[in-house]
Amino acid sequence: MSSVKDWAAPTPISENRSGLIGKGVDRYEGRLKVTGSAPFAYEVEAPSPPAYGVLIASPIAKGVVAAADISAAQAAPGVRLVWTPHNVPAQGERGAKMNPRSQRGSNPALAGKIEHFGQHVGFVVADTLENAKAAAALVRFEYAAEPADLIFEDNLAQADQPEGEEDMRVGDFEAAFAGAPVRLDETYVSPLQNHAQMEPCATTAWWDGDHVTVHTSIQMVKGGQHTLAETLMIPSTQVRLVTRYIGGGFGGKGQAYDDLTLAALAARELGQPVKVAYTRQQMFQATIHRPAVHMRVRLGAQADGRLDAFALEAVTHCRREAPFTEHAANFARSLYAAPNRLTGHRLVKLDIPAAGPMRAPGEASGMLSLECAMDELAEKLGLDPIELRLRNEPETDPETGKPFSTRQLVRCMTEGAQRFGWDRRNPKPGQVRDGRWLVGLGMAAAIRGNFLLPAKAGVRIDADGTITLRQGMTDIGTGTYTILAQITAETLGVPLAQVKVELGDSDFPPAPGSGGQFGAATAGSAAFAAGMNLRKALAELATGDPNSPLYGDDPELVTFGGGNIAVDNRAEPLERLVARAAPEGVYVEGSITPAADARDYSQHTYGAHFAEVGVDPDTGEVRLRRMFGVFAAGRILNAKTAMSQITGGMIWGVGTALHEYNEVDPRYGSFIAQDLAGYHVPAHADIVDLSAMFLDEVDDKANPMGIKGVGELGIAGAGAAIANAVYNACGARIRDYPLNPEKVLAALP
Amino acid sequence: MKPFTYERPADVAEALAMAAAVPGSRFLAGGTNLVDLMKLQIEQPTHLVDVSRLPLAEIAETAEGGLRLGATTTNSQVAADMKVRARYPALAQAILSGASGQLRNKATTAGNLLQRTRCAYFYDTTKPCNKRQPGAGCAAIGGIYANTAIFGSSEACIATHPSDMAVAMSALDAQVEIAGPNGQERAISLEALHRLPGETPHIETSLQPGEMITAVVLPPPPPGGQIYRKARERASYAFAIGSVAVAGGKVALGAVAHKPWRARAAEQALADGANPAEAMAAELSSAKPDGHNDFKLKLMARLGAACLTTTGAGDGQ
Ligand SMILES: Cc1cc2nc3c(=O)[nH]c(=O)nc-3n(C[C@H](O)[C@H](O)[C@H](O)COP(=O)(O)OP(=O)(O)OC[C@H]3O[C@@H](n4cnc5c(N)ncnc54)[C@H](O)[C@@H]3O)c2cc1C
Ligand code: SF4
Repeated sequence: MSSVKDWAAPTPISENRSGLIGKGVDRYEGRLKVTGSAPFAYEVEAPSPPAYGVLIASPIAKGVVAAADISAAQAAPGVRLVWTPHNVPAQGERGAKMNPRSQRGSNPALAGKIEHFGQHVGFVVADTLENAKAAAALVRFEYAAEPADLIFEDNLAQADQPEGEEDMRVGDFEAAFAGAPVRLDETYVSPLQNHAQMEPCATTAWWDGDHVTVHTSIQMVKGGQHTLAETLMIPSTQVRLVTRYIGGGFGGKGQAYDDLTLAALAARELGQPVKVAYTRQQMFQATIHRPAVHMRVRLGAQADGRLDAFALEAVTHCRREAPFTEHAANFARSLYAAPNRLTGHRLVKLDIPAAGPMRAPGEASGMLSLECAMDELAEKLGLDPIELRLRNEPETDPETGKPFSTRQLVRCMTEGAQRFGWDRRNPKPGQVRDGRWLVGLGMAAAIRGNFLLPAKAGVRIDADGTITLRQGMTDIGTGTYTILAQITAETLGVPLAQVKVELGDSDFPPAPGSGGQFGAATAGSAAFAAGMNLRKALAELATGDPNSPLYGDDPELVTFGGGNIAVDNRAEPLERLVARAAPEGVYVEGSITPAADARDYSQHTYGAHFAEVGVDPDTGEVRLRRMFGVFAAGRILNAKTAMSQITGGMIWGVGTALHEYNEVDPRYGSFIAQDLAGYHVPAHADIVDLSAMFLDEVDDKANPMGIKGVGELGIAGAGAAIANAVYNACGARIRDYPLNPEKVLAALP
Repeated sequence: MKPFTYERPADVAEALAMAAAVPGSRFLAGGTNLVDLMKLQIEQPTHLVDVSRLPLAEIAETAEGGLRLGATTTNSQVAADMKVRARYPALAQAILSGASGQLRNKATTAGNLLQRTRCAYFYDTTKPCNKRQPGAGCAAIGGIYANTAIFGSSEACIATHPSDMAVAMSALDAQVEIAGPNGQERAISLEALHRLPGETPHIETSLQPGEMITAVVLPPPPPGGQIYRKARERASYAFAIGSVAVAGGKVALGAVAHKPWRARAAEQALADGANPAEAMAAELSSAKPDGHNDFKLKLMARLGAACLTTTGAGDGQ
């Protein structure tokens, strides 16, 4: 195993001779996407004309399918097959070898036992999508319904410690809180949210003998491959899973759903390719969501603002049979100093669709609580909210005492305050008007963990000089193709145009996929390792080739740049070397594993958000006027894609604060919002002036390139900055997100 | 989606004849509402008569000094028209506050008036809904969807009409011109077009089977200021949770009833010398919120008063 010490040495990435690292180069696949020519899973052309599958959803939340009459549907025009729990082919049980990140949405598909509203109970395949839909409406089901626990708030009493978890305690929180001169004890509620990806779950599947090929929309290539193999009860080697382009994942496509299972099963049954896509409504009801969280924050401080006691206790929910904990308190373990600490989680089990990870799981909800509580405490103490945070800045991780790998939170706050004009904030709420609008400013800190997982990559150079990176990695719209091309080009000293990147194929060297903002560091480090191995192979090839100007040189002295391989002033283009000495091309692989001593450091990304909002006193409408964030997230690979990730995250924060929520109907267990007209995320008009900057940083404890994740950091804390600005604007402290007109109006005098 | 047939007529007479010839026919204009509902199988027409290219896309002066908006004028076209913007600013504001640029480019004047409710249970076909299936019951009653009516609802339906445009047209005393299958033509007030739900919420307008809207006629603008303001959950591309149109002394409210709600009590109070807040209180005294939508009382009181203050209605002039 490697050590973080190995990562401090200079590398082609840190030297960055051609300047590709950090450069805001355009997206590798951008042209394909904006011209509509990137084939997403449902659009992939099958080898022969496909049939189309449509899923039928349960209208009840709990119970069993007692009977199904498929005769009318079977007789409908164009229908090829109709499946219900009574005739769906056998499927393998979920087993041990499955990637734990990749749970099946339901197990098996079309189970007769119904565990939530919207669970699929029927499946129709026909020659056209329209015929399949029309026939699906003809299947008649009878259900035996059972009582269900549907509403989180009504079931708080059954909240229990998640299995295998304990509260984290340092010192004696209760005693310290009781004795603190200034105290705050408030509960904040973040609502249930849906991923609302643009592209629905979709699969195109076909068989070749006993091998199945599936094009599907999934974040984890290997997880999907193994899941499907298990379901079909065949070895993984007989499943090829391809996921080239993904129209948004956000954690919601970390697992396989019924489209994958049923497309593969039906294609086998019919001997014909089959396409299956979820409808917009099924995306809401039959995938996963971010659960609601109740967060009780208790802060006990000295009069000077130093925290003595700190507690964040989160209660959340999951589907009864699919344990998942939204770890809304974890971030707080590393954020502020306080000698007496308590953090923990409780879980309520409900009969609604499964809860699961959604962009910045934990932080996205959790920071909505503590970062408002700090604002409230600052007001009690008569301190500026930034000053309160500065007074509680820890020197080492406040819970474990480990050193921070890097921590620039203070600079994020101070730099941001200056650039934003924080000094113009009037600490007294409700004082500033612009026309009819009440105007206020708010800020919040951001923290999000950084991770590295094991991964591999393969890279080859062909006789024409083309360098191709291949990895079983995914690009869910984040820019993975682009940064991998940059890393590969910079490592090998070639122009970007010489590099091809091929992702999303289970035949390629495996990477864990996209999630937890570990993608760039994990896949990128493996790509970098592969590139370094290719350098080595090429150096040996050149120095061992009598026809090379480098013949007989020490391979250690070989350099790469401008498309050439060189020692001193002796050089030749890479393609000339390869065409001559290895005309069939050179292929090598590389891999990354986490360093054994990486856990000796407390490793995070940081930031600070600043927001200005207007509140309409007539209607309670809140509109963002401007927002600015400063972030420290290691070396930035691509100024453009990193900025889209971070500002995209901030925009999610705006949605979290002001717009996004779903509710469960207490009678049916269904979500009230089931489409994008009803489920509101920010529209363009909501985001008029929003920008961010990155501080210079290299984290040499993170990985060989000193980079970190940026995909989730932008959300962390963003919503709290807005809620704090709303309070500053109008004096209404709303602890129940989102701050929609209904709640704000009710709170206004 | 159910299979259906499609025809494109050349003129109004042909359109009416085509629709009359096939039971279960519907007119298709921009399709931004009808096609969405067909995909969900909430609407299941057997035959579509595409009226979107009929020669009804003109905005013309009337002899009385008003404007006639052809049925197929698009929302974008009407909102951008200089005559509309100069004389009926509330209408332009209302249209521009609705939907998105792309939708407004397709959506037509007649289609907008006849768009159906956004009640969440109307859209969820697993739920009972008297509009979708007369007699099935109403899932919204006792449900959690809050964008429901505070005026004129019934035991059968508490849904609202979602149009912004129609609210402004109501305050402007618009007339709707209608052509029937046997060549007959008639004109009714916009107020008489939409119905309250009563026992038959599936019958939403006073149009007879086979009838088609050919134009909306705006009378000359009333003296006094005009405004349309809309409260919504995000800055754009969201339906109203409450809206107010004022044109002189005429007031209409949106997202509060099964139809654009003409605030006659507020108008009367204004005429009697009430101030804006008093006028809104007079209107809202007959409102019946249901516990979930109580916020609409405070919202409409404030938003209405603010609009009346801005236009100068109710300042005793
Ligand atoms: C996501 C989304 C957001 C939206 N937001 C808003 C909003 O904020 N505010 C708002 O007001 N609207 C909003 N809309 C609704 C939009 O304004 C309507 O869909 C549109 O106005 C309908 O017009 P159309 O021409 O497309 O009608 P169509 O969908 O073609 O038809 C609607 C109905 O009218 C009938 N019809 C059409 N023309 C005639 C005619 N000449 N005579 C008789 N019957 C006719 C059709 O048979 C059908 O029943 C939104 C729509 C969507 C999809
Ligand atoms: S309120 Fe009207 S539209 Fe909504 S469910 Fe009830 S009957 Fe249907």
